[in-house]
Amino acid sequence: MKLSDSLDLAASNLRQSMLRNSLTTIGVAVGVASLVAMLSLGVGLQRLASRRLKTSGLFDTVVVSSRRDLRSFNREQEIKGPSPLDSPDLDEAARHRIEKLPGVLEAYPDQRLVTELRFGTKPHLTMVAGLPFSAKDNDGFEGMQGRFFFSPTAPEAVLQKNFAAELLDRPSGKGEVTAADVAGPLLGRQLVMRFAERTAANAGAESVSYSVVSRELPLTIVGVTDLDPDSLRGAGRARVFVPEALLESLHTVESFDSRDASRATSGRLLYTTLIARVAGTGKVDGVEQAIRKMGFNTFSILDATKSLRRFFTILDLFLGIFGSLALTVASIGIINTLVMAILERRREIGIMKALGASDQDVRGLFFAEAGAMGLLGGVLGVGLGWLIGRAINLGTNIYLARQGFPAERIWTMPGWLVGFSVVFAFLVSLMSGLYPAARAARLDPVQALRYE
Amino acid sequence: MGTTAIRAVDGITLTIEAGEFVALLGASGSGKSSLLNLIAGLDSPTSGKVISDGQNLAQLSPNELAKYRRRKVGMVFQSFNLIPRMSVLANVELPLRFAEVERRERLRRAQSALERVGLSNRLRHRPAELSGGEQQRVALARALVNEPGILLADEPTGNLDSRTGAEIMDLIARTNAARKMTVLLVTHEQAIAEQYAERLVLLGDGRVVADGRNAKAMARSDA
Ligand SMILES: Nc1ncnc2c1ncn2[C@@H]1O[C@H](COP(=O)(O)OP(=O)(O)OP(=O)(O)O)[C@@H](O)[C@H]1O
Ligand SMILES: [Mg+2]
Repeated sequence: MKLSDSLDLAASNLRQSMLRNSLTTIGVAVGVASLVAMLSLGVGLQRLASRRLKTSGLFDTVVVSSRRDLRSFNREQEIKGPSPLDSPDLDEAARHRIEKLPGVLEAYPDQRLVTELRFGTKPHLTMVAGLPFSAKDNDGFEGMQGRFFFSPTAPEAVLQKNFAAELLDRPSGKGEVTAADVAGPLLGRQLVMRFAERTAANAGAESVSYSVVSRELPLTIVGVTDLDPDSLRGAGRARVFVPEALLESLHTVESFDSRDASRATSGRLLYTTLIARVAGTGKVDGVEQAIRKMGFNTFSILDATKSLRRFFTILDLFLGIFGSLALTVASIGIINTLVMAILERRREIGIMKALGASDQDVRGLFFAEAGAMGLLGGVLGVGLGWLIGRAINLGTNIYLARQGFPAERIWTMPGWLVGFSVVFAFLVSLMSGLYPAARAARLDPVQALRYE
Repeated sequence: MGTTAIRAVDGITLTIEAGEFVALLGASGSGKSSLLNLIAGLDSPTSGKVISDGQNLAQLSPNELAKYRRRKVGMVFQSFNLIPRMSVLANVELPLRFAEVERRERLRRAQSALERVGLSNRLRHRPAELSGGEQQRVALARALVNEPGILLADEPTGNLDSRTGAEIMDLIARTNAARKMTVLLVTHEQAIAEQYAERLVLLGDGRVVADGRNAKAMARSDA
C-alpha cells in the first residue's frame, strides 16, 4: 500500500472514533505543551539572566591598577609579580596600549571626586563620578527618568534619586523615593559643581610643579536614576554622575594626587585605576592575561557567571525532565488508544488481510494513525504551550509592575524549540505506535474473521 | 482452543481445474471454511500441500501470500464482511489500494465493478444503509474488482432469502462463464449447488465423502 493511501485510510479511521482520538490527541498536546512551557521558561530565564549580566556592565569590564597602588584588589598578583617599584606606570601610553589590545572596546579612568555642588543657593557635599558614554545601555539606567547625557562631553548631570530628594529637601526616611517622584521639578535645572583644577606651571627639567585653581562648572540636570548607590554597580557610592570625558577634561585634583605629586618623577598624568571595557564576557579572561603581562594588576568578577551558567544548565535539564514526564503519560495514552482500536477492529484487520493487505500494510496503517495523532498533538501542544507562556509573562509583568519594576520577558520560545517539540511529539508517538502496530500486523486473519 | 487436536481438514486430495465451478457441501463443522482458508493462504496445513496456479503456498513468504491473495483470490463471506465505517465505494476500492493501483484507475475499476452488480447509484452509502442482498453484491464487487482467477465464496447466500440468493448466484455464475474464473462455493443448500455448480464435493469430518459431476454426486448423497 502506498504511503498516501495509508495516510488517507488512517485519517478516515481517526475521524471515525472522533471523541476517543481527540482525547488522545489532546493528551499529547498537553504533554507537549508542558514540555514547551518548561523549556521555554528555562530558556527565557537564562536569556534574562545573561541579558542582565551583559547590561549590568559588571561582567565585561576589567579593572586595571598599577602595582604601585598598594590598595589594589588582588593580593596574590602582588606577591607573584615584579616589585611595585619596578612595575610600569599606568599613564596615557599604557592606556593607549590597553585600548589597542584585541577585544578591548575602551579604557577610561575610574574618576570620582568628593566635591561641593550648589543647587540654588544651598551647597551639598557629595561624590561625583564620571560615567563613560557607553554606560548608556547599562541596565542601571533602564528605568531612568529624563535622559542620558547628550554627548560624551556635555555639561550635564544624572542624579541618584536619593540625592535628588535631598536637593528638594524631601526627607528620605519616609518610605521609598521613586525617581519619577523627584524628577519632575529637577529636570532641566542647573547645578553648580565646584572643583579644583590642576594646571601645570613652569615645566622645568629639574622640578615639576603645578598649581591648583578653584573653578565652578554649571551642569544641567538631565536625568534621575533609581541606581542604588550602595550596590556594586553604584560606582562607589557616587550620587551624581557626569560624562567621563567631561570630567577628564577638567583636570581635577583627585584626593590621591598627593602621592603621585610627591613622587614627582615627571609631569605626566598618572591614573590610579583604569577600567577596560571588553567586547563580551568571553574575552575578559584573555584581556586580563594580556594586561597582567604588561605589568599591571587586574580584577574582574567574571567567575561569578560560570557557576550561574552551570545552574541554568541544571535547571533546563530538570524542567525538560518534568516536561518529558508529561509527554510520557501522553504516549501511554496513544498506546492505550491504539491497543483498544486493535481489539475493536480485529475483524476489520482480518478482512483487510483476506483482501490482500500485507503485514506491512496493516502496520503502516496503525503507524500512520499514531503519527497523525502525534503530529497534530505536537502542533496543538506548541500552540497551547505558547499560550501558557504568554499567560506566565503577562502574570509576571503585572506582578513586576505592582512592585515597581520594569517589564521582563521571563519566557521565550525560540524557533528551534517549536521545531524540536513537534518532531519530538511525532517521534514519541511513532514509538508508541510500534507495539500496537506490530500486534495488529501479527493478528491471525482466520481468528480475526471468526471474531464477532 | 484446548489440548486435543481437532482435524478440521483431514487427508483431503482435491484437484480443481481452472475455470471450474465447484460446490463444497457438508454438515456444519465438516471443514468447508477451513478448506477455503487453506486455499486462500490465510491458514497453512500442518502437513500436506496446497498448490494454486502452480505455486506451493507453503513455500511463499507472508508477503508473497498477501500478494497471491490480492492478485489471484477473491473472497465472499456469509456475513458480507464489509467495513461498516467505509462507504460502498471505499469498500470496493480497498483491495485496489493494497494492490497500489493509481487513484483514477482505482475509481474507474471500482465503479465498473459496482455497475456490474447493479449498485452504481449507491456509491456513497454506508453498508448499514443497504439491504442484505445489496451488501452481498457490494462484497461480490469487492471480491471481483481485482479480476481474480479464483473466487472463494463461503455461504454467500446463507443470510439471504432465496430470491436475493438467486440474484447473487446468477452474478457469480455469469462471471464464472464470462471470465473463466474458478469458483469454489461453500453452501448448505443442496438446491443451489445443484443449480449452479458443475462439480459437487461433499465433505464430512474433514474428509472428502463424495466428489463428482453434478448429477452423480446428487445421486450418491441421496443415499
Ligand atoms: N481456530 C480453531 N480452533 C479450534 N477448532 C477449530 C478452529 N477452526 C476450526 N475449528 C474446528 O474445525 C472444524 C471445521 O470447522 P469449519 O469452520 O471449517 O467448519 P465448516 O464446515 O465451515 O462449518 P460451518 O458450515 O458451520 O461453517 C470444526 O470442528 C471447528 O470446530
Ligand atoms: Mg464455515
